[in-house]
Amino acid sequence: MNVVVNETEKRQPRSSGMLQQLLAFASLIVLILVFSLLSSNFFQFSNLVGILLSTAVIGVLALGATFVIITGGIDLSVGTVMTFSAVMTGTVITSWGLPIPVGIVGGILAGALCGLISGVAIAKMKIPPFIATLAMMMITKGLSLVISGTKPIYFLDTPEFSEVAMGSILNAVIPGLEIPNAVLILFVLAILASILLSKTIVGRYNFAIGSNEEATRLSGVNVDFWKMVIYTITGVFSGIAGILMASRLNSAQPALGMGYELEAIAAVVIGGTSLSGGKGTILGTVIGALIMSVLTNGLRILSVPQEWQTVVVGVVILCAVYTDILRRRK
Amino acid sequence: MKKFMGLVAVTLLSATILGACGSAQQSSSGQSSIAGTDGKAYIPIISKGFQHQFWQAVKSGAEKAAAELNVEISFEGPETEEQVDKQIEMLQAALDKNAKAIGFAALDSQAAIPLLQKAKEKNIPVIAFDSGVDSDIPLATAATDNQKASALAADKMAELIGSEGEIAMVVHDQTSKTGTDRRDGFVNQIKEKYPNIKIVDIQYSGDPLKATDLAKTIMQAHPNLKGLFGSNEGAAIGVVNAVTEMKMDGKLVVIGFDSGKQQIEAIKSGKMAGAITQNPVGIGYETVKAAVAAIKGEKVEKSIDTGFYWYDKTNIDQPEIQAVLYQ
Repeated sequence: MNVVVNETEKRQPRSSGMLQQLLAFASLIVLILVFSLLSSNFFQFSNLVGILLSTAVIGVLALGATFVIITGGIDLSVGTVMTFSAVMTGTVITSWGLPIPVGIVGGILAGALCGLISGVAIAKMKIPPFIATLAMMMITKGLSLVISGTKPIYFLDTPEFSEVAMGSILNAVIPGLEIPNAVLILFVLAILASILLSKTIVGRYNFAIGSNEEATRLSGVNVDFWKMVIYTITGVFSGIAGILMASRLNSAQPALGMGYELEAIAAVVIGGTSLSGGKGTILGTVIGALIMSVLTNGLRILSVPQEWQTVVVGVVILCAVYTDILRRRK
Repeated sequence: MKKFMGLVAVTLLSATILGACGSAQQSSSGQSSIAGTDGKAYIPIISKGFQHQFWQAVKSGAEKAAAELNVEISFEGPETEEQVDKQIEMLQAALDKNAKAIGFAALDSQAAIPLLQKAKEKNIPVIAFDSGVDSDIPLATAATDNQKASALAADKMAELIGSEGEIAMVVHDQTSKTGTDRRDGFVNQIKEKYPNIKIVDIQYSGDPLKATDLAKTIMQAHPNLKGLFGSNEGAAIGVVNAVTEMKMDGKLVVIGFDSGKQQIEAIKSGKMAGAITQNPVGIGYETVKAAVAAIKGEKVEKSIDTGFYWYDKTNIDQPEIQAVLYQ
């Protein structure tokens, strides 16, 4: 392996990601077509908006997880950090009585702080990402329960808070286009994440670390610093997901969040990002998350028993990753 | 040195978070200390959970009885209702401590039988609560008859939709006894008494966010749906959210189960027609009361029905309903 991360090495993973994305996109279209043919209740505006809305929380988590997975790391704490951020937002708004924007900033900062701590543990203390974020998962799960006193925090006195996710700015601009803010936020964040990953130095080092960490280090990049930055970014996304969840449920539910990390990772993987690092795209992750929610929505509309829905999602993950491996072998 | 600095940084950061937390609400831990020193009888209560509001209400009932009857209790439970193994460990620990009696809400009654056998050998009376154990070891069971309670929900549903049409259910759990009892109690009642009502779909989730998406999909798939039943707090909140998001307020009859602030609000505002509530405080209270009676060698009733109530806008403020609701 070359010591210097050269251009071809960096470009290659992205172009091979393209094909996986095309495949994923094609599967998404096929799924939508199949479900539309099987049930007239599927391809309706309200249901499509419903699908997008149900993608919002997992989608934002998956966007954040994409960053760490491209470094070849993992973040198992995204689900519970999300819950922790929701609880912090709830505490700031309802217990401390501060304005909603302060609560939102507080929630995002809480997420960022968790990410930063994981980043420090991984980069400086050299704890493997799996272990460090597993610990963070437990810490935030516990803290959410401690801070909330094991009770959900309700936003009954601040009804405007539910507007954050459930209001519709789009509807105000273009009357009739009633798409909730949560969906808009998902797409705006996806665009931001995409720019961050493909146009900025963070993104460049992100791919470099994932392709060959040692080579990147030897070429003079402060790998430890950028790892901490990247885990903090993931934390920020988890924080935003927490706010979306709290806003939609009009409450911060302290016992939620476990299992969400696996759904987020599944979305990332279906979207063609490799768990061994070095390649992946935001567009892929968005498509991956959409495939998961189209699949669950469609199967439900067809009244497929729930136990089988889970089986199907599992099979889809296997197929997605296998096509990726097949392609790389060629 | 670098490592050390990192460690310091982490410690400082965690201290900051903990500091922030301290000023929030007081923590409520699932465990308390073991007994013995002041001579009070010690009765560990092993529940199915402690995070859920329902279990907190059971706990308060148990504590009330403990104070009245001058015994010491501890109250603990696993984090989720899937953690059968953790609960078994708790039961094992309770046996190893100097327990005079044990209150036990089995997540999996079969899995607990070997340990219950041990309790019997040690002459420690076991009182089951919330759901029964398939064994004759427990001297008594203090529980809601979930099938009957759900059947009442079915009757109310039928009454409110005019005994015909399509309805669907969101059930909180597919495998636990409360989940299956509430599902079967409802389904059987509809089948037996209301031939013109069709249950078009039964889906499972007790996570309010997932239940919301799930209930929306059910409504999407069945445009003629007239009613939805959510079988616990999480499922019911999900159903209410779904109806709100689909802007179907008032067009669908929503019936819930248990209480909690959001469900109570939904009933007051008319989004939810009404709900069944168990008597969680009573469950906790009767469990400890029966345990104390068993320790004293008094006879205890084999099955203690702790009751359930239908509540809606009209009776929600009555004292006997308020007493069993939790926020």
